[in-house]
Amino acid sequence: MTQPAAEQAVPSTPRIPMLRTLGLVAALSGFLVVLAHHLSLPLIEENKRIAIERALFKVIPGAVTRRDFQLTADDIEPLGEAAPAQGMHLYAGYDAKGALAGVALEAAAQGYQDVIRVLYSYDPACECIRGIQVLKMAETPGIGDKIAKDPDFLRNFEALDTRLDPTGSGLANAIISVKHGSKSEPWQIDAISGATISSKAVARMLNDSTQQALPVIARHLDTLQQPAGGTP
Amino acid sequence: MSLPERHEAVTADTFLRGLWQENPVFVMLLGMCPVLAVTNSAINALAMGLATTFVLLCSSSLVSLLRKMIPKQVRIATYIIIIATFVTMVDYAIQAISLDLYNALGAFIQLIVVNCMILGRAEAYASKQRLGATLVNGLGMGTGFTIALLCLGSVREILGAGSLFGVQLFSDNFQPWVVMILPPGGFFVLGAWLLVFAWYRQRRERRLLEQEGVTTDGR
Repeated sequence: MTQPAAEQAVPSTPRIPMLRTLGLVAALSGFLVVLAHHLSLPLIEENKRIAIERALFKVIPGAVTRRDFQLTADDIEPLGEAAPAQGMHLYAGYDAKGALAGVALEAAAQGYQDVIRVLYSYDPACECIRGIQVLKMAETPGIGDKIAKDPDFLRNFEALDTRLDPTGSGLANAIISVKHGSKSEPWQIDAISGATISSKAVARMLNDSTQQALPVIARHLDTLQQPAGGTP
Repeated sequence: MSLPERHEAVTADTFLRGLWQENPVFVMLLGMCPVLAVTNSAINALAMGLATTFVLLCSSSLVSLLRKMIPKQVRIATYIIIIATFVTMVDYAIQAISLDLYNALGAFIQLIVVNCMILGRAEAYASKQRLGATLVNGLGMGTGFTIALLCLGSVREILGAGSLFGVQLFSDNFQPWVVMILPPGGFFVLGAWLLVFAWYRQRRERRLLEQEGVTTDGR
C-alpha cells in the first residue's frame, strides 16, 4: 500500500533546482568565508602579538625590548617570528641598557572550568618568580577569576622562591599552594579562600613548568644574557 | 513556492514591531541562550547584540533575494548555510577588533548560528517578503534584541560588579552582588524584566478597555 504512494512522491522533488540552489549558496558561502579570513588574518596576528607583548612587559619589570627563544629539553636557541617547532616558547626581556631583565614562559593547567594559561616571569638574579599574568581562563566570575586580579593572591608572585637543588636538576622546594592565611615559606602560594581548585591549578602549572625549564635556563644563562643584536 | 506572496508595505510599524510588540526577547522569548549567557556585562551584551543584528540583516537579505530560487525541501539547510557563513565572518571580525572581547564572548559567537530568532526571521518573514521590508524588519528586530541584551547586561553589571561599561560606579564600600554575574543572576534579572513588561502591558490594556467602556457608555 505504501509503495505506490512513495513512488508518486518522488517526481515532485525538484532535484535540479535543489542542486542548483544548494550549490550556489555553498559556493557563495565559501567565497565569503575565505574573503573574511584573508582580510582579518593580518589584524588578528597583530592583535595576538600586541597581547603577548603587553602581558610580557607587564610581567617582567623594567623590560623594554624582547627576544624570543626556543627552549628544548637541554638547549636554548634563538627564534624568529615563527612559533617554536618543539619545546617551549621563551621570551627574554631586556631593559633600556640591553641587560637581561628577566625571562617569561607560558604555563597551563586544567582549572575549575577550562584550561588556565598564564605567562610568568623568572628573574635569574634572585632565582624567583617575579609576576604572573593570566592569558586565558574560564574560571567562575567573582570566585575563581580572582587569580587574575586579587592583589593578595598576586602578592604571592612578587618573589616566589624557585631556587634549584644542589644537583641543578629540579627545584629545591616544589611550589605548592597552601590554605589561605597559612603561608610560611617563600615557595608556598597562599590560596584564595573559596577558590582552592583555581589556586592549586596555578601552583601546579608553575611547578611543572619551572621544574622543566629552570634547570635548562640555569645552564644556558649566557645565551640569554648576550646583548640584543650581538647574537647571530 | 506556489503560495501566493503577500508583500507587506514598508511602514514605521515594520521597524517598530521588533522593538516593542514583537520584541524577540521580552515578548517572543527567542534566543534565550545568548540572552542568559553573555549578558554578564554591558559591553559583552552590546557586542553580542550588534553581532547578532549584523548576522540577522545579512542572512535575511540574502534569503529574501534568493526566496524564489529556494525549493521548500531544502530551505532550512539553505538558511543554515547562509547564517553560518555570516556568523563565521562576524567571528573573524571580532577577533580582528579585540581578542579580549572575543575571549569574553567565547563559544557564543559561533552559537549565533542556532539563534532561533534569526532562523525564525528567515522562515517567517524574509522568505516571503521583498528585500526592503526584510531589511527594515530585520533592523527593528536586531535593535530590539540589542536593547533587550543591554537591559539585562547593564543591570547585571551594575549589581554584580558595581560598574557599567567597565567604569566603576560606587566606592570601595560597595559589596558586589556576585550572584548577578553568575548564571542564576541571568534568570533573576530576565524574570524581573519580564515582570516589568507584563505589568506595563496589562496596565495599558486595562486603560484601553476602560476608555472603550467610557465611549460605549456615552453612546
